[in-house]
Amino acid sequence: MPDKPEAETVEIFIMGKKYEVPKGLTIMKAMEYSGYQYIRGVGCRGGFCGACATIYRLEGDYKLHTDLACQTTVQDGMYLTQLPFTPAGRKQYDLEELEVSNNPLLDLYPELARCVSCNTCTKTCPQDLEVMDFINEAIRGNIKEVAEMSFDCIQCGLCAARCPAEIPHHHVGQLARRIYGRYQAPESEHLDERVEEIKNGVFDDELEELVNLPEEELRERYENREIEA
Amino acid sequence: MIYMKDILYYPGCSLKDTAKGFEDSAIKVSEEFEINLKELSRWNCCGTVYSLTDDNLMKQLGPVRNLIRARDEGFDRLYTLCSMCDNTLKRTNKLVKEDEEKLDKINNFMDQENDYEADVEIRHYLELLRDELEWSTVSDKVVNPLEGLNVAPYYGCMLTRPKEIGLDDPHEPSVFDELVESLGGTPVDFPYEAECCGSYNTVDNEEMVLRKTQTITAGAGKSGADVIITACPLCHFNLDRRQADLLEVAPNHDPVPVLYFTQLMAVAFGHPEVSKFEEHAIDPRELFEPEMKVGSER
Amino acid sequence: MDLTNSDRELTADVEELSGENIFSCYQCGKCSAGCPFTEEMDLLPNQVIRKVQMGDRTVLDSNTPWTCASCLSCEVDCPKGNDVPAIMEAIREISLRKNLDRVDLNELDAKGLPEIALVSNLRKKTG
Repeated sequence: MPDKPEAETVEIFIMGKKYEVPKGLTIMKAMEYSGYQYIRGVGCRGGFCGACATIYRLEGDYKLHTDLACQTTVQDGMYLTQLPFTPAGRKQYDLEELEVSNNPLLDLYPELARCVSCNTCTKTCPQDLEVMDFINEAIRGNIKEVAEMSFDCIQCGLCAARCPAEIPHHHVGQLARRIYGRYQAPESEHLDERVEEIKNGVFDDELEELVNLPEEELRERYENREIEA
Repeated sequence: MIYMKDILYYPGCSLKDTAKGFEDSAIKVSEEFEINLKELSRWNCCGTVYSLTDDNLMKQLGPVRNLIRARDEGFDRLYTLCSMCDNTLKRTNKLVKEDEEKLDKINNFMDQENDYEADVEIRHYLELLRDELEWSTVSDKVVNPLEGLNVAPYYGCMLTRPKEIGLDDPHEPSVFDELVESLGGTPVDFPYEAECCGSYNTVDNEEMVLRKTQTITAGAGKSGADVIITACPLCHFNLDRRQADLLEVAPNHDPVPVLYFTQLMAVAFGHPEVSKFEEHAIDPRELFEPEMKVGSER
Repeated sequence: MDLTNSDRELTADVEELSGENIFSCYQCGKCSAGCPFTEEMDLLPNQVIRKVQMGDRTVLDSNTPWTCASCLSCEVDCPKGNDVPAIMEAIREISLRKNLDRVDLNELDAKGLPEIALVSNLRKKTG
């Protein structure tokens, strides 16, 4: 019987302690392989929830790198720690009561004015967002632009952790998106119409029929459904 | 289509929001000169006021990055409207032009940008008017001469100080006086034309600024001014908005409206509607009643 | 003047931060004569410089550097061409760099303030 081939391994350092882990694992899997059990700093495992913020250095590289543990493959000599939560003060506000005519972003987050445009936030963002640019748009009160530029933000908080001006970028982006959605984005009339139709019982009979179908027929209908391209 | 010459323009944060009337009137006025104010793309806040400590490099990053962006866009000159942005950008530019070590450090730190070679010039819009277009060109565009209008030129601090980058003499400035004359108005001499309005103290020491506002605006009024002009959104806030606040505690104060110099030019050029006078705390509209009807939306 | 508590380190710090020779000032008083905010100050600008020359640490408690509006009138008037605003900034920075902000963002009501006011105020009064 031929010998089982040994898996190739890499050496990584988790919070200063050395581990040999199989090559090709994500940081998250590597930590679990090493015996760590996640109760915080983990979520969707799919690069979407922002829970697994990780900070690491590589051998021979002076730069500090930041990324998501579930999306980043381990490298030999990786020296890492996790940041399961960034305490970045989210200001209390009521979206319905907000005065949006002037610059509500600056009113609620005056620390935005401390931005020195050092670009640390952009360099830190694991989603490759242009954070410094949307923060500058926030200072100018350009809510639509902030909402659009921050759309892919997953609220990992790494930007806020590194900012020398103590700006909570992810909260600012979220506020902008909420204001934009609530007050500025054009209303989708067809959505309103459809909701009215539902309220008026236009679909009640169809729904009643579906609910009362035996499982086999339901399954058949499902598999033969028309999917619009 | 009229051929418009592009000049690269740096707005500064306030001109996109609370001082939009300044920008809008400048754009309209520039069109009269067949100049297109092309906004610098991806600019960042200049971080006014210029940081004076000798070891400070972080606060020079923002201004230098704007200079790099100007160069990236193919221009060697960047024009400003806001006097504070003008001052900050000019002073940083001078610093890195004269201190190669600091420039190297800044370039090394901003490793994702092209290096700045200290080859961009910052110019204020008033320098464009005075030195490039010249006053006769300005006078040619006037359709509503401001006859009988007494204008107090308020220079503030940032246009003329420090001397190394000032665009006029700090003790005897004259550029606003010349501008007013070219528009057909009468410049008024008043003793506080270059005295600081209190600047950023308006945030945490409102009372001190109210006292200064009273001194300056009452001084202008006593010297016979109908209106004050400025080039600075912070001065405008302190002299306009704070003048309204002053009226609440000193109702006998005789209010004098405050305009950005481009708003005055827009009125003289027959386009008062772009100036957004309705956003001013001290309403200037009655001053221009006859002119307002020209091309006005009212 | 009591020089027993003279702190040479203060003088050195201000000189280093401002890049100015503090002893270039010969106390002519022109800076104070031209300063538009002396009525609000507990020490005149030239007195502030004097205290730094003497290594008097009580200058850090003066309200003068915080009343200063960076209007640069003093720089223009100084016959020695001293960068007096830089000296004021150095004194501010000594406190700011120790995390002793002059303006507390937690207490600030920013409503209605233009961007330019917030940016410049926080630049000079917070670290």
